[in-house]
Amino acid sequence: MSKKDTENLKDVVNQAIDSQQVVHVKLKDIGQKDVDIDKLTRPSKETHQEYWGRGLSYLAIGLIILLVGSIIGFVGIHGLATFFRDHVNLWQFLSSTDWDPTSGPNHVGALVMIVTSFLVTLLSALVATPFAVAVALFMTEYASKKAASFLQSIIELLVGIPSVVYGFLGLTLVVPVIRAIFGGTGFGILAGMLVLFVMVLPTITSLTVDALNAVPKHFRQASAALGATHWQTIARVVLKVATPRILTAVIFGMARAFGEALAVQMVIGNAVLMPYNLVTPSSTLTSQLTTQIGNTVMGTLANNALWSLALLLLVMSLFFNILVRMIGKKGAK
Amino acid sequence: MRKRLWLCIGMLGLSLGLLSGCTGNNHRITVVGSTALQLLADQAGNNYRLAHPGVSIVVQGGGSGTGLSQVQAGAVQIGTSDIFAENQAGINAKKLIDHQVAVVGIVPIVNKDAKVKNLSTRQLRAIFTGKLTNWKQVGGANEPITIVNRSKGSGTRATFEATILAGQAAAKAQEQDSNGAVKKIVSSTPGTISYLSFPYASDPNIQKLAVDHVQPTDQNVSTNKWRLWSYEHMYTKGRTTKEVRAFIRYMLSAKVQKQLVPKLGYISVKTMQVVKDSQNRVQRIKVR
Amino acid sequence: MTEHQKDRFATGVIYFLVGIVVILLAGILGNILINGLPHLSWHFLTSESSDFQAGGGVRDQLFNSVYLLVLTTIISLPIALGAAIYLSEYARDNWITHLIRSTIEILSSLPSIVVGLFGYLLFVVQFGFGFSILSGALALTFFNLPILTSNIEESLKGVSATQREAGLALGLSNWKTIRGIVVPAALPGIITGVVLSGGRIFGEAATLIYTAGQSGSLVDYHNWNPLSPTSFLNVMRPAETLAVHIWKVNTEGIISDATAVSAATGALLVLVVIIFNLSARYFGNKLYQKLTAAK
Repeated sequence: MSKKDTENLKDVVNQAIDSQQVVHVKLKDIGQKDVDIDKLTRPSKETHQEYWGRGLSYLAIGLIILLVGSIIGFVGIHGLATFFRDHVNLWQFLSSTDWDPTSGPNHVGALVMIVTSFLVTLLSALVATPFAVAVALFMTEYASKKAASFLQSIIELLVGIPSVVYGFLGLTLVVPVIRAIFGGTGFGILAGMLVLFVMVLPTITSLTVDALNAVPKHFRQASAALGATHWQTIARVVLKVATPRILTAVIFGMARAFGEALAVQMVIGNAVLMPYNLVTPSSTLTSQLTTQIGNTVMGTLANNALWSLALLLLVMSLFFNILVRMIGKKGAK
Repeated sequence: MRKRLWLCIGMLGLSLGLLSGCTGNNHRITVVGSTALQLLADQAGNNYRLAHPGVSIVVQGGGSGTGLSQVQAGAVQIGTSDIFAENQAGINAKKLIDHQVAVVGIVPIVNKDAKVKNLSTRQLRAIFTGKLTNWKQVGGANEPITIVNRSKGSGTRATFEATILAGQAAAKAQEQDSNGAVKKIVSSTPGTISYLSFPYASDPNIQKLAVDHVQPTDQNVSTNKWRLWSYEHMYTKGRTTKEVRAFIRYMLSAKVQKQLVPKLGYISVKTMQVVKDSQNRVQRIKVR
Repeated sequence: MTEHQKDRFATGVIYFLVGIVVILLAGILGNILINGLPHLSWHFLTSESSDFQAGGGVRDQLFNSVYLLVLTTIISLPIALGAAIYLSEYARDNWITHLIRSTIEILSSLPSIVVGLFGYLLFVVQFGFGFSILSGALALTFFNLPILTSNIEESLKGVSATQREAGLALGLSNWKTIRGIVVPAALPGIITGVVLSGGRIFGEAATLIYTAGQSGSLVDYHNWNPLSPTSFLNVMRPAETLAVHIWKVNTEGIISDATAVSAATGALLVLVVIIFNLSARYFGNKLYQKLTAAK
């Protein structure tokens, strides 16, 4: 409130007191001096708190933007150096299967890793989502509260198991089984997918549970009151309402699958060969990145090429993100 | 609740500021690089610290490339590497001083199902370049050969290829970057072949191979009869502090070389009767 | 098929899928615990690790894991909470907000090794923190923030609008409504977020290899002065966590009992995560009851 406004207000109040138009106030008891306009028009304690609180949350988001910006900038600078400083052709990078950056700029082709990463992520999310949604539905719509919270804590437990342990479980349990069934060495996309399936399951499930819990109870009650069966309520009301958030859960699951390195690297075989089927060894973006980066020197082509892989990873997960958001928008309509 | 949290953070930040100011009075030597050398350096560092309380030695892995680039950048005092700095792209070896602190042998290993105990150098080369694809062709079981290579740029692979492949390109194959993973895969997958450094190869579930009927022993390495071996390097840059010099002296002292080095499966540089240079040329040491 | 048959069929499918998942989970946890528990002993918990002899323990790794988790949570929770409040309560629904949200989400797909190397170059080298718990905690904050922020934002959004309106109708400021009503109501969701990210921190190895380091230093548990280099509270000392220890023993360990040590450490890690989850839930519920008067 500006000073002029305050003055105006003061005049209005004084006039009111003079002409005694305000009937409810016993004006005999109040003189003009008892009304402290300044105090009334000053921002209250609440307003100050509001400013503070808002400021804190702005500060936090600013900090996060700074962090996110710095890491993306960092990956970007190193990743783009491959194209601008070492003059690798972008198209070649995306379409060639010849990956041997130590031999020079003509051997920087990431197609194998792109295809494999894409396949492994997509397949594991595709397989994991029905399971995760089923478990989440069971926990929110079917099971007793005790059973649900028990299941939830077990699922959360799985998040805390280091990926190395998953990798070795995959190596000692999954790979031999695949070898026995399909022949070959057992290493490949299928093994990677199965390991990732277990790894993304907790993420997708617990986020889906949150999504389902956020659907208001009266939606379900209304549906039941209309005579809908349990499944009709779930399929046409609960899942419909929760779809955007379930998709977010899937995005996070895929993001985890996409970025997972240590576990996948142990079972995928790590050979830069085009995957012609699901049981031949191949290599993902992250497995190349993890195995090679310690052996290269900062600033060389071999190192920059690996950062390009990391950049590619960011771009591809951005793509996933936009895709799923678009689906979510369509679904919401 | 939140206010208290913010207060805590403030306090934390303050104490951190104090802390970073206080670490200067303690001599810290950071050793970064080769995972193969990490065990030895770590153990030696711990022993050294017990005798010299004023010095703290921090040993970390990260790979030979990281070690060399960080010591070149001056970010760490000692960079460790499995390969000669001359052979690492992007490193100016003239600025670094090489301290060879141990020798490590490398041995080809196969899964026991292959039923092979010896291969000639030529056979090994044919296998790793993809010309031989079945163990039958070298007198073993009828089983397809699966190569598990080490990741490109690793010291072990560089040594193996320089000695065995003689300039030919390796076939595209599976790659693993750690000794542990290679060991697990070879012991569990029929028909696989790979190679390990000596300290990791003492597992009864895998078959060590003799090459040209020479057994992989420390004795044979020291005379170069077993040709698959390399140095473990500690690189320093320019003038170093006296603490760093003292630690490297300690690494080369009889205490480390005679006790710790053999205990961990490495071979002491003092027992070597030959020297190798970065071009893989071997020379006998003249007997004094 | 009538609607009732459909209902029964769908229920059957859901129970079937849940059954598979339960068997799978039980198998994995059982495998880890059965292989590991027999090797777990008091000696294992209270002795130092060994690099080349059999019979080492994980005392320091256990403490380091917990310490790093606590530090990381102290640093990242307020930031994530603040940012989540901004995104769900203050941000306008425009393209900038969408951009921020998407960026945070895609960041969580960065492989942890990239975060590790970034943390290495920034904290360890640039800021001169060296390989230390502090560098590790800061790098883990980077790694942790995206998923924590989104989790908290989702749970804040889950609080129904009527609750906010009730607060505003009482004449409370926006901020007081958020602090007094929305955040307490969203507490169970926030706790889930913290538990999930805590699990990830316990299990994280690649980030820490480059920041907190993979070898410990001599630690004195009687030295309570956080400024002393040998104190267990000193944040400037390098520290190896349980997950990093498993990684190291499995990939480069030459100890003869590597399998046993790795199995036992794995089982221990599972136990620690169980204890952490249960206690986080317990205290979370206590806090929830206190703040919302819900029973």
